[in-house]
Amino acid sequence: MRTKRAVTVAAVAALSFAMAACGGDDDSADGIVGKAESQEKLVIGVKADQPGLGLQTGTEYEGFDIEIGKIIAKGLGVDESNIEWKTTVSSNREPFIQQGTVDLVVATYTINDERKEKVNFAGPYFVAGQDLLVQADSEITGPNQLDGKKVCSVTGSTPAKRIQTDYPNAELQQFDSYSKCLPELEKGQVDAVTTDDIILAGYAAQDQWAGKFKLVGSTFSDEPYGIGLKKDDTTGCEKVNEILTEAASDGSYQAAWDKTLGKSGTAAPELDTTKLTHCGSV
Amino acid sequence: MHVFTDPKNFDAYLSGFLWILKLTGASAGLALLLGVLLAAMRVSPVPVLRGVGAAWVNIFRNTPLTLIVLFCYFGLYSTLGLNLADSLDLNNYWLGVVGLSAYTAAFVCEAVRSGVNTVPAGQAEAARAIGLTFTQTLRIVILPQATRSVVAPFGSILIALCKNATIVGTIGVIEASSVMKDLLNENGDAVIPIFLVFAGTFAALLIPTGYLFGWLANRLAVKR
Repeated sequence: MRTKRAVTVAAVAALSFAMAACGGDDDSADGIVGKAESQEKLVIGVKADQPGLGLQTGTEYEGFDIEIGKIIAKGLGVDESNIEWKTTVSSNREPFIQQGTVDLVVATYTINDERKEKVNFAGPYFVAGQDLLVQADSEITGPNQLDGKKVCSVTGSTPAKRIQTDYPNAELQQFDSYSKCLPELEKGQVDAVTTDDIILAGYAAQDQWAGKFKLVGSTFSDEPYGIGLKKDDTTGCEKVNEILTEAASDGSYQAAWDKTLGKSGTAAPELDTTKLTHCGSV
Repeated sequence: MHVFTDPKNFDAYLSGFLWILKLTGASAGLALLLGVLLAAMRVSPVPVLRGVGAAWVNIFRNTPLTLIVLFCYFGLYSTLGLNLADSLDLNNYWLGVVGLSAYTAAFVCEAVRSGVNTVPAGQAEAARAIGLTFTQTLRIVILPQATRSVVAPFGSILIALCKNATIVGTIGVIEASSVMKDLLNENGDAVIPIFLVFAGTFAALLIPTGYLFGWLANRLAVKR
């Protein structure tokens, strides 16, 4: 799995170099709006291993992030078939945007000040929060009951760090992916799995876990997911925010949710258009 | 370099390599003991022991280490309930040591066995002629000469073991490569410097190890 991803990343990187080499026409000055108009295609960076959000099966990508990507492409006048999806992992999102490997990143990308220094954010299109996934009959109702309990998360992730600093009495088991945590939760070797609620919902909605787990439902952080663009692409960022505002009112946002994460039984969230970013201009 | 001047990151970096050293140390000791024992089994006149020795080497030498380490967690601990320590961290550490030693012992065994072949047959014949038993022959005559002739390969095995210790990160020991991934996640703009620091630290640890074993090999070699 890991090597597969590494190979994919290497292949993607090689491919993008090759394409950059023969592409020739410089589109960085115009930003994504200009590129969408002149070339009628977009490269969107997404996650490939997050059920419900961005999951790659074979060559197809599916999930809420993918649907948001499609909405934005449509708003920019790019046909769905002209979108090129590129797998990104957390560590290469900023470099991919900065180097122009991708035009946009829609990949569970939390907006924070550190990242704002490197890239521009449109959105948020969703506000996630850290939550706990427990066995359906568990009595854990919140992070304060984790003393002496075993909690599973991904090595070095923000949720794992929050447990270490804010709830030091919990024992933390770390793996390289959440999918390793879930069988352990089923067997009772760990008492809870923690990360953003939306990601947990995606896992819990997978067929093999149906009915076995529940979300505790008391989130203890705010993770606004944004859409990453080049730092200087203010026009593109404003355009994306416009598209999101429109999607919130014309029902396509709701439809994107229903088609993906809505399957877990969670009602669609409200896209709060008053909270959209100012695209770098204060 | 701004990444490593942050004390929080620097501590993580140090503790990552400390785990690597701890894993390497404990596994090297266990693997050496087990490996020599396996080699003795493989050259013994008892077919059952030879069979067990050969099976061990063939199974562990030909299985990817990642699978062995994952099995130690998901098989030995999670399914069979083997608990080696009270705290989760230490338990993961010892499970990692079990996996690394079982794997490395196979390579130690084969190195020792090739060392046994460097001992002239006359040595064993002479030992038997003066009335030593098989165990005595092996312990007093063969193994001391055999192990001294394979010090250089031991060095290579130790170097490989130290790098392999990074695989224990997959079961939740936050060793150097896990720390590196973590730092990469947070500092997407400094990927290459971070990578170079970690690679450089491994090289700084292992290049002297290589020379040390080269020197030891010369010093300890049986002069014939």
